[in-house]
Amino acid sequence: MSADAVIIRLPARGPGPQVPASFVNPRTDPAWVRWGLTGFAVLVVGVLVGIPVVNIFYEALKEGVRVYWDNLVADPDTRHSILLTATVVPLALVANIVFGIAAAWAIARFKFPGRTLLTALIDLPFSVSPVVAGLMFVLIFGLQGYLGPFLREDGYSVMPYATSLVGVFVLVVLYFVFRPANPAARRGVWRGPTWLVVPAASVVLFALSVVVQKRLGVWPQGESLKIIFATPGLVLATAFVTFPFVARELIPIMEAVGAEEELAAINLGANGWQMFWHITAPNIKWGLVYGIILCNARAIGEFGAVYVVSGHIAGQTDTMPLRIEKLFQEYNLPGCFAVASVLTLLAILTLVAKARLERKIPSAVHEATGEGGS
Amino acid sequence: MSIRIENVTKTFGKFTAVDKVNLDVPDGTLLALLGPSGSGKTTLLRIIAGLDVADSGSVIREGEDITRQSARDRKIGFVFQHYALFRHMTVEENIGYGLRVRKRPKALIKERVDELLKLIRLEALGKRYPAQLSGGQRQRVALARALAAEPKVLLLDEPFGALDAKVRQELRVWLRKLHQEIHVTSVFVTHDQEEAFEVADRVVVMNQGRVEQYGTPAEVFERPANPFVMDFLGNVNVFHGRVEQGKALVAGAALAVADQHPDAPSAAVYVRPHEVVIQHEQSGNASLPAKVLHVNPAGSRVKVELRATESEQLINAELTSERFAELGLKSGDEVFVSASRVRVFAGNYVI
Repeated sequence: MSADAVIIRLPARGPGPQVPASFVNPRTDPAWVRWGLTGFAVLVVGVLVGIPVVNIFYEALKEGVRVYWDNLVADPDTRHSILLTATVVPLALVANIVFGIAAAWAIARFKFPGRTLLTALIDLPFSVSPVVAGLMFVLIFGLQGYLGPFLREDGYSVMPYATSLVGVFVLVVLYFVFRPANPAARRGVWRGPTWLVVPAASVVLFALSVVVQKRLGVWPQGESLKIIFATPGLVLATAFVTFPFVARELIPIMEAVGAEEELAAINLGANGWQMFWHITAPNIKWGLVYGIILCNARAIGEFGAVYVVSGHIAGQTDTMPLRIEKLFQEYNLPGCFAVASVLTLLAILTLVAKARLERKIPSAVHEATGEGGS
Repeated sequence: MSIRIENVTKTFGKFTAVDKVNLDVPDGTLLALLGPSGSGKTTLLRIIAGLDVADSGSVIREGEDITRQSARDRKIGFVFQHYALFRHMTVEENIGYGLRVRKRPKALIKERVDELLKLIRLEALGKRYPAQLSGGQRQRVALARALAAEPKVLLLDEPFGALDAKVRQELRVWLRKLHQEIHVTSVFVTHDQEEAFEVADRVVVMNQGRVEQYGTPAEVFERPANPFVMDFLGNVNVFHGRVEQGKALVAGAALAVADQHPDAPSAAVYVRPHEVVIQHEQSGNASLPAKVLHVNPAGSRVKVELRATESEQLINAELTSERFAELGLKSGDEVFVSASRVRVFAGNYVI
């Protein structure tokens, strides 16, 4: 229904039927109520949001653009914090895009025992305090944590096994994805019974990869593998805290779109890879972009969890929010506001992108349910 | 290619959707799976296509067991109830998709798509998106998409379910003609008996996951195997009485039973509305007195509602307009009712 259809059209004044003086338009309130409420809302938003945001830019640019620029790039620690954020955030994003799509797919497309539990677990990072999340990682990977002593003694010794395991897993997935549809057309590695070829090849490749890595000494020996108070910890904490964004954005969209188009593609002979890129990806793309934007915004600004795992080593583990706090504690207000203004600018850009996408997504879901359009 | 289904069972939790079904679809037939909603016909169709996995039993295509083959290897075309057209692809891209993923040369795809667009009479709309098409057009695109890869078997799930009456009628005729042209073994699901009888060569009536009857439309309509089929294939009057010496005794009238039937102390007697005979005078003990309650002369046949004077049972009758004019019936008339054809099912059937 179009918006016009809802509006009650009042008879025009002047010529035509006259509106009786006693007529009260049921859709409006008296002027003082309208202006009063609007004014109050503007006042609250202004005091709580508008003035502080403007103030950040005012303070940052108070002494001119040159000083502002120096504040941002002259201090090596500040510079490093910007670079660190630019490293940690994309890594966390990539992890969450992969996990988010996989989790949304599992929940929206399959019924399995533990499905409700998984849905609840996805939301856990939202309900748990970021500080607790950070603490959790310290308890596992920190010096006094469960894995701490081992990681400190010879942490890198797990790396050959870990990388080989991940590598073999990826290969197995690719094997099934690219296997020709028609059994008669299977040649080379695709010949032979699957139940024998896949496990045997997995074991051989795993062993080979481990042996090669150990022989060549790819990883340092007898050294401690730092996770807490180092970049891996920052990535872990950031990814954990921002985990729900992508998955939660995708689940309702995938549920609205339904599985029928995907089944139709399979029925027409597509393999899993083709189905995902031809059918699923175009259907969820706007939802995915939306989730990525929100996830990105939250990852850049993450403070609590990162605060616990970083150890605040200036020039090493300070991300932008941590750097802002440190500059503030050091009474370096111009520097503090300069970095803050960058974060604020990113936030504003996120809002603009989000607003633009929001106009796209309802229509995407709308099309998905097969209404509208024609 | 023929399809054979052997002992297929499928349960969803405690609900048995398909219960030990055996079915033969000979090569080149157009078969209708007919049944009320929840009778397992769509599940059975999805099992044949490989979109659902049966708990037990096997699906055999031309002597080859394909139970364990994945949906993409089976080469069985499937037309979804709501078409499942790829919304971000044009009509042409939709139709060509099955060839595209099988890596056929571009020129060949183009040729095949054009050929199919012609077949479904949508040559001009190849560049449109599914959202810009009407329901009937979408249905035809879905069919063309399924046919593009030259499937060995074509399955259609409620192909006309979501269309309005007129388009439905046109598409039925079109599908029948199409099948005569391309002759691919086809199975379609419907809950509309008229549709099944009009389009299909063979009809399978399903209920609660089981096959109730299998046969040609004429066989199924003329000789329903049991009360369920009788009742499902359109309106029917049910009388309770008994059978003695080949006659059904109902409310004091003795009606001749069509098929040989042993005597039974309790039986359900079925008479279709068009087999009800209305007369002004009593013909021996083969008719029962009734009163006309309502006459509905709209439509090609006149529908008359009567009530038996003795048992107060409602009787629905359908007359040709000639017969109606001859009788000159109006509500309140006292008449006598008999039947030109009577079917009896003995036993404790509950309708």
